[in-house]
Amino acid sequence: MLRLPAFTYEPARSIAQAVGLLAQYGPDALVVSGGTDLYANMKQRLFTPKVLVGLRSISEMRFIAYDDATGLDIGALTTLRTIAEDPVVNARYHSLARAASLISTPQLRNMGTIGGNVCLDTRCNFYNQQEDWRQALGYCLKKDGDVCRVAVSSTKCLAVNSSDLVPVLQSFDATLHLAGPTGERAVKIVEFYRDDGRYARVNGPTEVVTRITIPPPQAQTRSAYRKLRLRGSFDFPLLGVAAVVRLDDDGVCRDARLILNAVAAQPVEVTEAVRYLVGTRLEADALAAAAECAYKCGKPLDNTSASVLYRKRMLRVFARRTLEDLRHGI
Amino acid sequence: MREKSPYDLRASARGIYGFFEMMTAPPKILAKFRLNGDEIECAFHPNKTLLEVLREDLGLTGTKHGCEMGHCGACTVLVAGEPVLSCLTLALECEGSEIETVEGLARGGNLHPLQHAFTTCGAAQCGYCTPGFLLSAAALLQVNDQPSNAEIKEALAGNLCRCTGYTKIIEAVALAAERMHESSDA
Repeated sequence: MLRLPAFTYEPARSIAQAVGLLAQYGPDALVVSGGTDLYANMKQRLFTPKVLVGLRSISEMRFIAYDDATGLDIGALTTLRTIAEDPVVNARYHSLARAASLISTPQLRNMGTIGGNVCLDTRCNFYNQQEDWRQALGYCLKKDGDVCRVAVSSTKCLAVNSSDLVPVLQSFDATLHLAGPTGERAVKIVEFYRDDGRYARVNGPTEVVTRITIPPPQAQTRSAYRKLRLRGSFDFPLLGVAAVVRLDDDGVCRDARLILNAVAAQPVEVTEAVRYLVGTRLEADALAAAAECAYKCGKPLDNTSASVLYRKRMLRVFARRTLEDLRHGI
Repeated sequence: MREKSPYDLRASARGIYGFFEMMTAPPKILAKFRLNGDEIECAFHPNKTLLEVLREDLGLTGTKHGCEMGHCGACTVLVAGEPVLSCLTLALECEGSEIETVEGLARGGNLHPLQHAFTTCGAAQCGYCTPGFLLSAAALLQVNDQPSNAEIKEALAGNLCRCTGYTKIIEAVALAAERMHESSDA
């Protein structure tokens, strides 16, 4: 049997208590909410914390609130299922509900939380393996080794961000609210991730994501998310594409964002694509030009399932399909 | 004094791994929860998953361990009526919760309509995935007694059957839903 390493469990009843416990135990402690990512990684000995600080009893972190003036406010412990089924999220932030509904399986969506999803550990074929497998290989840059197995000359870890919510949250310009020993701070999601799979998030080990806020959508905003995966029912993304456009009364695109995920340690924004979309009515040739930008921008490496060539070719296809979803009015 | 129940059984032969685990594990904790309608109090190590506690400390081996990494759904149980994976749930996080395993589906010696339908349709081949499928389906039928085929497939999306007997499983859930709906109308 795959067993969890030994640890002691400290349930936190409030955000302040959780932050206090993390500060008290320092690097020996890890924070856990749903546990769907962490416990699997602990079974593979990727993490062996002495203390786990459990957040699940903190009711003040489990809510969804919407206000026309301030937008959406989601507590970090809100489950993925709640987000996928929430009527307000479905109506105003369609791609967020869609992305949440595409994450893993019904069981894991009942367990996993949005806070855990934005803090998902980066993934790689050479990292997410059993201890003996990694030992036989001589380990890798991300854990216990000093060579990146994806590209031996790389000085940074090339593991990818496999969250489905992150590109969508970035397309909506979300802000993450962190609580730590020095108080609270807000970080724009675009600044939350780094381009290094080892140190992929800017929050320190003593900082907890408490809630996520998204500004209110402007009128006539459409959003879509598409996910490439091997099995239709359940897999991490081989590629995630999030897109948002704002149209004017004549159906002309006034603003657009196109974001790729699972191609690097942080989401990749296709800034070039905006030029081809703004001012058009999302005609086929405009979408093809924008998809071509995505194809040039995304650079998948040999670090997840499926071949690099396939994932590269799918960049163009999935970018175009996601933009077509927007034209059809989702 | 209650009768001797399956909960009193303990896995005894765990060999050298059991001994090693006993010597290195943190001290056991005592937790209470409701299991298949019974109040249960059980002592276990804090790093044990719900799956390990159910199978090893409570002797309820109906819940299967498959991949133990959250990929296969064989270990599905209901916590507060919702299907979750017991291999990625800490037992101590379930303290005070209502837990339902496949052993709790049959009531008073009568099989659950889903279990009847699975036998009628031949929806089990090797049977290893069956407890997980039954509980995922039971959770669906609790909230939706007339599910469409698409809804059944979506509810069962987290359960793998390596014998690939999906067609009959989906038929069985539809049949059970039909029978349960008819009996609730009558």
